[in-house]
Amino acid sequence: MSEQIHSLPADAMVLSDAEIAEIDAEIAHAPYRAAVAIDALKIIQAHRRWVSDECLEALAAYLEMPPAELEGIATFYNLIFRRPVGENVILVCNSVTCWIKGCEGIGAAVSQHLGIEPGETTADGRFTLLPITCLGACDRAPVMMVGEQKFEDVTVERIPAILDHGEGATPG
Amino acid sequence: MPVIKVDGKDYEVAEGGNLLESCLGLGLDLPYFCWHPAMGSIGACRQCAVVQYQNEEDTRGRIVMACMTPVTDGAIFDLSGERASGFRQTVVESLMVDHPHDCPVCAEGGECHLQDMTVMTGHRDRHYRGTKKTYRNQYLGPLIHHEMNRCITCYRCTRFYRDYAGGTDLAALAAHDHVYFGRHREGTLESPFAGNLVEVCPTGVFTDKSLVHDYTRKWDLQSAPSVCTSCGVGCNTLPGERYGRLKRIHNRYNPAVNGYFLCDRGRFGGTHVNAESRIDFPAQRDSEGRFQALTDEACARALRDRLQGKRLAGIGSPRAGAEANLLLQRLVGAENYASGMADDEHALMQRALAHLVNSTAHNPSLREIESADAVLLLGEDLTHTAARTALALRQAVRNEAHRLAEELRLAPWQDAAIRNLAQDRRSPLHVVCAGSTDLDDIAAGHYRLVAADQARLASDIAAIIRGEARSDGAAARIAADLLAAERPLVLSGPGAGSAALLDGAAAIAEALVAAGKAAMLSFTAAECNSMGQALLCRDSHIALAALASTDAEVLIILENDLLRRLPMASVEALRARIPTWIGIDCLENDTLARCDLVLPAAAFTETEATYINQEGRAQRAFPTHPPAEARRPAWRWLLDLARAAGDRTLSGIGHFDDIGVTLAGEDPLLQGIASAAPDHSFRSRGLKIPRQPHRYSGRTAMRADVSVHEPRQTDDADSALAFSMEGSATTDRPGALLSYVWSPGWNSNQSLHKFQSEIGGALRGEGSGLRLLDSLAVAAATPAPLPEAFSRREQEWLLQARHHLFGSDELSRLGSGIEALTGRAAIYLHPEDASRLGLEAGDGAVIAGAALEVRLDPSQVPGSAGFSTGYPETLALRSGEWVNIDVASDWQRQPELIGSDRGAAS
Ligand code: SF4
Ligand code: SF4
Ligand code: FES
Ligand code: FES
Repeated sequence: MSEQIHSLPADAMVLSDAEIAEIDAEIAHAPYRAAVAIDALKIIQAHRRWVSDECLEALAAYLEMPPAELEGIATFYNLIFRRPVGENVILVCNSVTCWIKGCEGIGAAVSQHLGIEPGETTADGRFTLLPITCLGACDRAPVMMVGEQKFEDVTVERIPAILDHGEGATPG
Repeated sequence: MPVIKVDGKDYEVAEGGNLLESCLGLGLDLPYFCWHPAMGSIGACRQCAVVQYQNEEDTRGRIVMACMTPVTDGAIFDLSGERASGFRQTVVESLMVDHPHDCPVCAEGGECHLQDMTVMTGHRDRHYRGTKKTYRNQYLGPLIHHEMNRCITCYRCTRFYRDYAGGTDLAALAAHDHVYFGRHREGTLESPFAGNLVEVCPTGVFTDKSLVHDYTRKWDLQSAPSVCTSCGVGCNTLPGERYGRLKRIHNRYNPAVNGYFLCDRGRFGGTHVNAESRIDFPAQRDSEGRFQALTDEACARALRDRLQGKRLAGIGSPRAGAEANLLLQRLVGAENYASGMADDEHALMQRALAHLVNSTAHNPSLREIESADAVLLLGEDLTHTAARTALALRQAVRNEAHRLAEELRLAPWQDAAIRNLAQDRRSPLHVVCAGSTDLDDIAAGHYRLVAADQARLASDIAAIIRGEARSDGAAARIAADLLAAERPLVLSGPGAGSAALLDGAAAIAEALVAAGKAAMLSFTAAECNSMGQALLCRDSHIALAALASTDAEVLIILENDLLRRLPMASVEALRARIPTWIGIDCLENDTLARCDLVLPAAAFTETEATYINQEGRAQRAFPTHPPAEARRPAWRWLLDLARAAGDRTLSGIGHFDDIGVTLAGEDPLLQGIASAAPDHSFRSRGLKIPRQPHRYSGRTAMRADVSVHEPRQTDDADSALAFSMEGSATTDRPGALLSYVWSPGWNSNQSLHKFQSEIGGALRGEGSGLRLLDSLAVAAATPAPLPEAFSRREQEWLLQARHHLFGSDELSRLGSGIEALTGRAAIYLHPEDASRLGLEAGDGAVIAGAALEVRLDPSQVPGSAGFSTGYPETLALRSGEWVNIDVASDWQRQPELIGSDRGAAS
């Protein structure tokens, strides 16, 4: 309502020039500004690893949409992070096929190796561990991802090598 | 009409409906959550499942959602068989998996649709043994309490808040099994209709904060049919009382007026009746100027001493009922009686009345306003002057969506499909106002003009429609949209303070009728009985300004704070001129402080009264509870005054209904007022109608600290209602006597369908007030001269009133929680004007002696200044005056609070 003073973030220039430029490029071929919401969130995340409250509000203002609506979009997707994450996000699949093939042990092994529970980030900020429902490679279950790299037919034994050296990633 | 078979029985049902509403309309109990009579179906909750069979041979059938299934001739359904009811039971069980089962501490308990549906489906045993989710609740402002754990994800809240009411700050957040309904950050919900969430949410997620903190269960609330007294729309309400306190206000369904929804001023503003500043006893000013309470006898004596043989004058009130005003008018004589509106507003209301009565355009009910397919709104920030009407316009612009849907043969209740189809396509709404308005987001065009230019634009539009003028500007665009419609609506009101604007609105409507349109013309009214006062004074009246030149010896002031109507100097002059002032009112104010004798009036929840809304609809409000202490209904005080003055004409009046019967004579207005509701002799099945539900408890315990004997219930000789749980509470009692809605198995307000003849239709007992203007004759208004076009001045600013939903109305601003939302009175300046004056947002500016907070608004017409009207600080300011603006010295800027601080403070 007009009486409400919409609280713009104190620093109105929260978004960087680079981010704005990338977002503008998306807007250029969208029917209306808010249509690029998902891409814009991904752009911000690519630059900052996660989307803070300040970024979300600044982006909502930039896309001329209510922050609540953008928050609805941001929180709908589990790979848009609304909390800080480490340099590498580890996604361990816990969906049906991987479960049948013993993913519980995989998750536990990651936890043990890094000393963090699901949802936590290592003290050095290198890893965040998150569960995920299906990575789309069920035929090679159990599956996990570290950052952009995918690991298939994972065994508990392989975990230290995967985490320490990124060994055995599926190419492509 | 199609015939459908349900559980082996044939039923005739209305064409085009869905199975759920057909079943409910037939009186069958079919559980549901996400469907809402005013919002249609989305099929989200799966609660309304039934089995549908292809034909008589089909023995398997398939599960369908009743709310998404159109009724077609010959369709066969199984509602109560094991398969359908088992499915519904599973649905509730799965919803309850995460429900906290905290009914004993939940403010919804006892009127909870989830409780009712759980019982109705027969789900009893919990099988789930896991942990439940726990959410963090949000601070959503001083009006609404949030308890997210109770959510069953039916999506009704966001559908109402966003889709129906146009709010933007409530959303469904997250996904899967942790969907969250809230704001992106804590803070006050911005929509002026947020309070409806309390009734729309079928669980205890959104509840009434003041009720939560001063709690009573529905079954312990005494309630009576009432009318909102916070603006001129006249929404029907159900106030709930216990221990002499107003606990909450719920919507009372009236198909022609408010339907299912209220605005937050009406819902939360009523608790002003609980204010500390209520007057409890009659009092007289002693020689030292202090008020001394009077006993009944002393009061009667004081009245006789002061009134006998004296020349009387009276000031009525647009916020008092028609009957009290009528009595005062008769007591002092019409020529000594002022309507109580400010003189300029009085003239505007007379003009609005004359136009409504004489126009060939239709004067629509609120329901009919929703049917408009093009709207021109002139000079009103409607969300702040007649909020419920603004909500109706939000539905009117959807008529384009319904038209598109019709083309595709989509039923009107297919909510999600129709919204998807229409996207942003809307029927045109053009808003002409002095600044931005809260309808701009759905407007096809908005035009920011000061009142004089609004009137000029209106006159241009009328000329174009009549074919007398041409233009290619705004006027032509608006005219074209109105002419392209079938049922165009022109809506204006006294808010802009311009007579020429009202004439312009009427002229446009007239021209549209001449062009063959089913045009509608409507005007807002500021207060609950402003239109009633315009009607009462249509033949004779004395201006407030003229009172000082009468020879009256006693001035009787009925429920009116004159400082809101007259400049201070005029009030002082009047006070000096008339030796005795007698004031009747419910809350302390600056007028009562100037009276010699003060009489404590019953508040709107304590008195019977008829209010006449902006449409000219007479609606009766009944007391929810008897007034405490020595408070009495104003109409009773006036009978006492008449007796004391030795007036014989009013002596035949014993109870409330006698006022109409005795005084109406041949006057169709008064006859209408008298028949607005069934009279005191009405009986349902031979019995009076109870105000208390039959489970009302603690009648004796409630006052055990005083006496352990059960008190005799107060008699109500004035109406067909009883201050009791005994009586006849049938579902076909007249709408005007609907004291609460309840039906076996349906404890929440969803039981309403048991009282309706069809879903969303008339009440079974009929009665939604009485339209008066259709049968009246009033002289046509003499056209007002068209004002000069606005041109700015160098050192002066033209004042334009800004209305605030929370703050501009005298009494509702004292409602619990609302006080926190009124904010400081402000002056609105165009940023360039402000910098010219050396002012920034949040600074203080002095205008005509009042220090106001500066707000910058690019929509403010440069050279003009908006001001918060109706605030104690701004009573001296008048729209249309030219003023100087100075920088306020020693101004304290408002500290900025963030949401969580407010949360901690509440
Ligand atoms: S908060 Fe209430 S209305 Fe909204 S989805 Fe949950 S239960 Fe339904
Ligand atoms: S629109 Fe007016 S009458 Fe209706 S609830 Fe709001 S304040 Fe009351
Ligand atoms: S179930 Fe694990 S990748 Fe699909
Ligand atoms: S009421 Fe039919 S699915 Fe919700």
